[in-house]
Amino acid sequence: MEICVCVKRVPMVGGSIAVTADGLDVDVTMSGFTVSPHEECAVEEAVQITGRLGGSVTVLTLGPPEAAGQLRDMLALGASRGVLLQTDGAEWGPVGTAAAIADAVRDGGYELLLFGNEAADTGGYQVPVRVAHLLGLPCVTGIKRLEFGAEGGDEGGDGPPRILAGREYRGTEEVFEVALPAVVSVKEGINLPRYPSLPGRLRAKRAVIETIEPSFEPDGLRKERLRVPAGSSKRAQVLGSGPDAVPALVGLLDELGILS
Amino acid sequence: MTVLCLLETDAGGGAADASMRALAVAGALAASAGEDLAAAWFGPVDAVDRGPLAAAGVARGWAIWPDELSGYAPLAWARALAGLASAGSSGSAAGPPGDGGPVSAVVAAATDHGNEVLAHLGAISGLPMAANCVSAARTGPGECRLVRQRWAGSLLEDAVLETPLALLTVATDAVGDPDAVGDPAAGIGVERYEAELADGDLLVRAAESQQRRSGVSLASARVVVGGGRGVGGPDGFAALEELAGLLGAAVGVSRVVTSEGWRPHRQQVGQTGTKITPELYLACGISGAIQHMAGCQGAKTIVAINTDAGAPIVAKADYAVIGDLHEVIPALVAALRERQA
Repeated sequence: MEICVCVKRVPMVGGSIAVTADGLDVDVTMSGFTVSPHEECAVEEAVQITGRLGGSVTVLTLGPPEAAGQLRDMLALGASRGVLLQTDGAEWGPVGTAAAIADAVRDGGYELLLFGNEAADTGGYQVPVRVAHLLGLPCVTGIKRLEFGAEGGDEGGDGPPRILAGREYRGTEEVFEVALPAVVSVKEGINLPRYPSLPGRLRAKRAVIETIEPSFEPDGLRKERLRVPAGSSKRAQVLGSGPDAVPALVGLLDELGILS
Repeated sequence: MTVLCLLETDAGGGAADASMRALAVAGALAASAGEDLAAAWFGPVDAVDRGPLAAAGVARGWAIWPDELSGYAPLAWARALAGLASAGSSGSAAGPPGDGGPVSAVVAAATDHGNEVLAHLGAISGLPMAANCVSAARTGPGECRLVRQRWAGSLLEDAVLETPLALLTVATDAVGDPDAVGDPAAGIGVERYEAELADGDLLVRAAESQQRRSGVSLASARVVVGGGRGVGGPDGFAALEELAGLLGAAVGVSRVVTSEGWRPHRQQVGQTGTKITPELYLACGISGAIQHMAGCQGAKTIVAINTDAGAPIVAKADYAVIGDLHEVIPALVAALRERQA
């Protein structure tokens, strides 16, 4: 099973998030970088699948030269090949990103293209779907359970291998059955990603990252400014300390109509 | 011109709450350009109550069939909407989808279904799609100004969308229900729209498992009791469960709790978990990282219980109790039991 997992380099944010003075980007002077959490799970899923069924995992990203660092992080988890669609650091929209990814993977012989459901930063919810359309492949999104037929294919059948993909929807599970090759986007919770091993880190450090320079395509959605929502830096009214605050807390619950 | 809003239907009959909030943003977009508002759903003509739609300003409804579309099939749904959106434009046989004429925008709630269907619609039509919008207004032919969420709402983006057909999903934890602009007693015309599908559109179709989880649903709970690292381990949740039982609440957790394996991921509140919109969120032993706050910013009131008065959650909550949850929660449970007795 040849699998390609697409990941995105995003700032690692903790307790707060700030915007640069020009209002166009997240201020990253105090933060490191990571990949979107859903994508870390996508890589883990791919490594588990190839562990069971054989094959190998390629990780691909579109981003600045520094995004090679995130590819190495993923190689350390068990992916074997890293491909960087290198940009000058400008933000690409979903249409251009999908076109560049589709071009890069079209002749790769992949049976499964895995993505995270949405990027942590831009939250566009569409690159996997657009890639699937460009490649003429079926697509399922938001997946939290992925199962393969026995030995990765139909038992004794001649048809293409099929997968069962499940996701949560309003208190039930929706299940999709899809023939490979296919595009699948996953959500955190599908698995618990492993920590990189020391040999994995050493291998990743030495790995050669393949670089492609796609040409930029502008999107119809133009960012003008980023801002922190109003009211996100209020200060809580302190009801008291320890168990002594319980009467005040009960009074508040009563006032809010919670106890009626 | 017409703004067309996709409604997801509830099993109980009617439009889902999330879709009604999407309708609020769609209505504001239509009003900004003096356009009509129309609604479309997959299922029978009477699958949605007309009163609330009329009150929200909907002028016309479209019930899309054939019946095989009432089960969820993302690509087929997008194909049907693409057909409806192009009806009435030049070269199309069908009539316009609203009295106002051709469709200028398609809007849906930013649910798993709404985002997925509009992404397919964007791919089919070769047009951009803006996900998780909180407001939109037309500023000219083929141009909208919009505000959308980034980082699941921890940041807002002011953006311009240039496209002949605007495709938007609405972040429903950040907008309210539609204003009553119309008369609920005024009837709206609902027509059936027969979708023309392409080969392969029904290859990906959802089968819904029968298993429905018991207990209070996190996404729709009126009260949520949240636990974070401060709970200390899997055993610490018994007290939170007891409190939740007394309050009729669902239990939610922070990301560290699920990544430590203390609780299942479906209980995670946050950017990569569930977004909640309760009346009250009682956040116990939760530091208040961006990732977590993105999931609970839709709560009307947040009360934090935390040992650290300097924790980010204390700067983001409405009320705080500074103290150890292992002392405060048992005392709160005792006080509530005493009150009940």
